[in-house]
Amino acid sequence: MTTELQIDNPKLKVDKLNFYYGKFQAIKNVSMAIPANKVTSFIGPSGCGKSTLLRTFNRLYELYPDQRAEGEIRLDGDNILDKKQDLTLLRAKVGMVFQKPTPFPMSIYDNISFGVRLYENLGRSAMDDRIEWALTKAALWNEVKSKLKQSGNSLSGGQQQRLCIARGIAIKPEVLLLDEPCSALDPISTAHIEELINELKLDYTVVIVTHNMQQAARVSDYTAYMYLGEMIEFGATDKLFTTPRQKATEDYITGKFG
Amino acid sequence: MVNVAMLCISGAAMAFGLFWLAWILFTLLKEGFNALGPTLFTMTTPPPGSNGGLINAIVGSLMMATMATLIGTPIGILAGTYLAEFGRRGWLAPATRFINDILLSAPSIVIGLFIYSVYVAQVKHFSGWGGTLALALIVIPVVVRTTDDMLKLVPDSLREAAVALGAPTWKMIVFVSYRAARAGIITGILLAVARISGETAPLLFTALNNQFWSFDMNNAMANLPVVIFQFAMSPYDDWHRLAWGGAILITFGVLGLNILARVMFRRKI
Repeated sequence: MTTELQIDNPKLKVDKLNFYYGKFQAIKNVSMAIPANKVTSFIGPSGCGKSTLLRTFNRLYELYPDQRAEGEIRLDGDNILDKKQDLTLLRAKVGMVFQKPTPFPMSIYDNISFGVRLYENLGRSAMDDRIEWALTKAALWNEVKSKLKQSGNSLSGGQQQRLCIARGIAIKPEVLLLDEPCSALDPISTAHIEELINELKLDYTVVIVTHNMQQAARVSDYTAYMYLGEMIEFGATDKLFTTPRQKATEDYITGKFG
Repeated sequence: MVNVAMLCISGAAMAFGLFWLAWILFTLLKEGFNALGPTLFTMTTPPPGSNGGLINAIVGSLMMATMATLIGTPIGILAGTYLAEFGRRGWLAPATRFINDILLSAPSIVIGLFIYSVYVAQVKHFSGWGGTLALALIVIPVVVRTTDDMLKLVPDSLREAAVALGAPTWKMIVFVSYRAARAGIITGILLAVARISGETAPLLFTALNNQFWSFDMNNAMANLPVVIFQFAMSPYDDWHRLAWGGAILITFGVLGLNILARVMFRRKI
């Protein structure tokens, strides 16, 4: 095992996780701990299982009948892979932002209130406050405050992605999963989002999947390198990028491979 | 050289098709405008040789088309929702889709005969409800098909985003999938309405016709297509004129619905 790393207060603890798409095994016996209020990034070549691993944290794979996970994932000590786990409750605690911006076909305001209404029965002014709070947190408020009634699709790609982040944090989750959130964005929008990630970790545990190693180095405190469904190395980001313990990790981050 | 030949052939084919279409429209407009007049909308279908209009047929058509749409649309949308949102595995959805496609292309006279034998022949009289049922059976497969197709165009990433927020499946469908596919689904409904407003065959065995005012859906009911059919086949000139009037009404009605459908579809969010 390469994850001897000591994490003092893990938010998520993965234990001997295996994941299958039908007969194909995409994650092989992965164990790791994700620290609270830090940014943890998953890197690795396409198809290595990093997005798959992320999608087990909110059990999004349940949408698809032939996908299943084995093992344990403990969120604050409770096994979320347990059949008795309430999925709505889990997803209230674990929010997610996707690779492509996915604004719902409704107004900016409704995009955010949609998620909030699932859990809370807020009055009009309380809802207004919550929406301003979430949009401010996602560094979007100043750009959209005068056009909250406009369609979410009318925003630019970078703004749409920040809207999705606002939508995710509006329901006050504890963990925020980001699945390559910048891969469809230009460099300026990417910089906005990276700044945002840095602020978000004050309140949330952030897990980010990225193809971009510089991004992982810039935004994350811990980095996991995955290859072919296995966790090759997991450690503090500065250590992993400067003195990797595994030859495979070194080859990947120096660009000899992948 | 080959390019030019191809262009000429396809251009000629297009001109050939347009020629007949233009001729049909020209005849319709020429004959129909003669028939248009206020009495068309104020008087009922007359006995031969006296003045009259089509109001009973217009109202009958509107009533039956409206009821058929009200019955067929919810069934069609829900069935289409099952196909696109729930029927992702197993054999039931593909089998249903296949059968629906058969129903979609079934000649409408078959549907008329079917309703005649299971409903009209059982209650032993022609009725507006019989016509409504037959028209509803035509609406359903059209709406199923468009709902299914339009929902399949909604990217899964939107569904995932809704589910990742913790939305239960039904909220995801109602608030996200339906909204994203709204314009397309409404277009499908409008096209279904356009389709049934010109159908004659299914009404011939079911609603039949009625010379008089009648709002009673349990009785034989006047309707434009059958009136056109009967009046056009008659030897009387004034009936012929009314038939043209009915034809032009249906044509412009369907044209209006098609324009509305296009406008709806273009105004996609």
